[in-house]
Amino acid sequence: MKSFWQKIFGRVSPKDEPERANVTTAPLTELDLKSIQPKTLAIEPPQLIVGCGQSVGKQRDHNEDSIFAFTTTVGGGAQSQALGLYIVADGMGGHQYGEIASEVAVRSMASHLLRKFHPYLAHPSESFDEPIQDVMREAMNEAQRAVMKAAPGSGTTLTAALILGDHLTIAHVGDSRAYSIHLDGRVDTLTRDHSLVKRLEELGQISADEAATHPQRNVLYRALGQGEILEPDVYTAPFPQSGFLVLCSDGLWGLVTEREIFRMIVEAPTLHHACQELISTANAAGGPDNISVIIVQSVG
Amino acid sequence: MQEVFLETKHIAGTERDEGDALNQQLNTGTSLVGRYVIQEVIGVGGMGSVYRARDLHFPNVVKLVAVKEMIIQSPDPLVRKTIVQNFEREANILATLSHPAIPRIYDYFTNENRSYLVLEFVNGKDLETIINEQQGFMPEEQVLRWAIELCDVLGYLHNHKPEPIIFRDMKPSNVMINTSGSVILVDFGIAKPFQSGQKGTMIGTEGYSPPEQYRGEATPQADIYSLGATLHHLLTKRDPRIEPPFSFSERPPTKINPAISSEFETVINTALEYNPEDRFESIDAMKEALLKAGQRTGMLNRLPASATGMQSGALKPLWIFECEDEIRGTPLVYDGLVFTGSYDHNVYAVNASTGELVWKYPTEGGIVTRPATFDGNIFITSEDQRLHVVSARSGKIVWSYYANSRIRSSPRISDGHVFFGSDDNRLHAVNINSGRAAWIFETAAPVRSTPFVSNEAVFVGCESGEFYSIDFRGELKWRFKAKLAITSSPIEVERVIYFNSLDASLYALESKNGWVIWRFRMGKGSIVSPSVTENLIFTGSADGFIYGVDTRSGKELWRFRTEHQVSGSPVIYKDAIYCGAADGYLYCLEYTSGRMRWKFQTKGPITSAPSAFDDVIYVGSSDNTLYALLA
Repeated sequence: MKSFWQKIFGRVSPKDEPERANVTTAPLTELDLKSIQPKTLAIEPPQLIVGCGQSVGKQRDHNEDSIFAFTTTVGGGAQSQALGLYIVADGMGGHQYGEIASEVAVRSMASHLLRKFHPYLAHPSESFDEPIQDVMREAMNEAQRAVMKAAPGSGTTLTAALILGDHLTIAHVGDSRAYSIHLDGRVDTLTRDHSLVKRLEELGQISADEAATHPQRNVLYRALGQGEILEPDVYTAPFPQSGFLVLCSDGLWGLVTEREIFRMIVEAPTLHHACQELISTANAAGGPDNISVIIVQSVG
Repeated sequence: MQEVFLETKHIAGTERDEGDALNQQLNTGTSLVGRYVIQEVIGVGGMGSVYRARDLHFPNVVKLVAVKEMIIQSPDPLVRKTIVQNFEREANILATLSHPAIPRIYDYFTNENRSYLVLEFVNGKDLETIINEQQGFMPEEQVLRWAIELCDVLGYLHNHKPEPIIFRDMKPSNVMINTSGSVILVDFGIAKPFQSGQKGTMIGTEGYSPPEQYRGEATPQADIYSLGATLHHLLTKRDPRIEPPFSFSERPPTKINPAISSEFETVINTALEYNPEDRFESIDAMKEALLKAGQRTGMLNRLPASATGMQSGALKPLWIFECEDEIRGTPLVYDGLVFTGSYDHNVYAVNASTGELVWKYPTEGGIVTRPATFDGNIFITSEDQRLHVVSARSGKIVWSYYANSRIRSSPRISDGHVFFGSDDNRLHAVNINSGRAAWIFETAAPVRSTPFVSNEAVFVGCESGEFYSIDFRGELKWRFKAKLAITSSPIEVERVIYFNSLDASLYALESKNGWVIWRFRMGKGSIVSPSVTENLIFTGSADGFIYGVDTRSGKELWRFRTEHQVSGSPVIYKDAIYCGAADGYLYCLEYTSGRMRWKFQTKGPITSAPSAFDDVIYVGSSDNTLYALLA
């Protein structure tokens, strides 16, 4: 209970408590608290369950999105914990280069990371002592080199989430998104879009109306495969326990609101149904772009 | 989206034109619920007055509180009941808020047709008064620092769970600068919701409110706009209430005050965009932009002497206590006493308010550790190889426990056991009831780090660089190896464990499996024990810097240069960190910016962490002296 309070209300300095005990206030009751506490599924061992979905959309003739999902547990016995790697990439470039870029990026990122983790999968007692954030950055750079080699001149977004135990490490470039969805209705956007128009908007240079019709609205200022130096956003956050992680391309988030994403995921009987529902909704709204979605839930 | 109205009127103001409320003001000396004695009116709001009052529950000290009154005018019983219910609902939400820049709510009650809120009394001046008193323009870096602090507190409200709280009325008169120069959002006015819905009622303050607020929308972007307007007013001294609405773009700050940096101006202009979607995505994004502007212009690296010159008395200790040799360990405050070990072999118990010696207990070796307390006893480890357990009241020994070598690791008490390491290459887990070892864990080298206990795991580092996670049966869960010694004591927050190593790194490890999440590199090795709050971790290193680092990305947010190595550990108290260095100074830094608030000179290196309790900082120095300082 104490950690729950600390989590939602931040640091509680020990000094505060005796003073509070002296005064008559009416804080939330146990009943109030219960209603906002998440329900948990008790399954052993702790594990991840995943739903993925893709669609070419209604207006494109080929799919330039690529996705990757890898789910396992490590440690064994009482030490067992979830390990998962999930990637969404949205390629761009002439001809088939967009397709190649996203596919090469996803595969090379995934294989770099799985190679890194392989010794640990086999011998979980060995400690994995390279900083995860550094490994994620390296893998991004490796993916960048692979894309520049396989499809020069093309580019791709890439949003990767590595889940280990209770934590989630995101590496991100471009305008695909990761959301953390909580059962109490909170939808946190974990990523920041690296799009030119978004940036101009952030800088106050143009208005949202101008942004919506801006001729360069699909231009990213940061993407994999563009330029020598890659500066991905990398950070670690607690995994939304008893909630969901969602990765998706702009073909989904551009057409389906966060509210709808929340509702469909929470209401769907399974994660696969949720993916189906999300994709049909994006297609029903015109499906102008390729659609990709991965939903991850932690149970146990 | 939940709306809590934090409206207020002038705290120190002169605006007393609201006839009705004025006529019904309480007189000086009136006692409310037999507890709060009204001293004077400090402000007048739309539905009642704000008073300064003394709380009689603290008879031996003068404890001042602010009492905000709401007079219910409606004769209709249903309306009255709804008003009281709303009032109590809002008060309950406010009671859950805990932030150094938000006054605490102590109490609320309803008395006939008046409802009252009892709040922390903030001593200081509001920004409107400060603007009016300032000759010429406000220094830009001062405004930048306030801006960052305001982003912090708005971010706290916006990130409130389960529903965000929108402040809705950000303006200079709602921001107080207290005597230590920090911002406080004053007086949680709950009067506003009662007024809304009435015809012609405007929410927010004209001139500072964004266009969409007049349509009744309240979003984080509204607060961003009002903050932008407040900053604009602070920098330009142009009161937006007397300018045409939404005309900020016609008078960019640099046009009025050309000394302002374009970086800061860009942030303000973005916050003041007409369309909410053109402003910052979140208050956190605005804060990031402000920090960037501060870094780019170098404003955040400069150290002004003081915020508003209101730090009087901070540099004079309340009392000092002298030992016969160096104090190398952290003091413990418990039950009105301060306990400290000294290298002169003694443990001292000193009266926390006077600094008088209550008792001393001799061990047979130097003490370099921090005492712990449990059930009326003090636990202390000494280089005489023993853990001593003495009565906190009398200083008489209760029992002791022998290790096989010097003990330079502080005891950690959890789950009925005392955990500590020793130079005998062992971690000892001693049962508090029996005084016997429950188990002993063999390590690769001496253990001088203090164990951390959480979720049935014990975390500790040792002098060869191994770091261990041990379960409650004394079995290894996982092991990690740094390149050099881990003397630093670990801390775990949200299942991430943080510690320093002499290999010049601050590590963040997944506490379940020991995987390294990130590594932050410093200029030299570190024996500092880091401290963590919200998304920030503070540490120091032999390279002479105190660092503020983002816990999620492992990226540096600020660094502060001391004049020598930093081997003392930081402690967080309210909105500041307190950290000693080998240059003999104890530094008080604002934790969001690393700006120095004050420093206090002792006559020797400080190698321990201070302790903070009840607005007093206790710190020992190798000049043999224990100091008590006002926070």
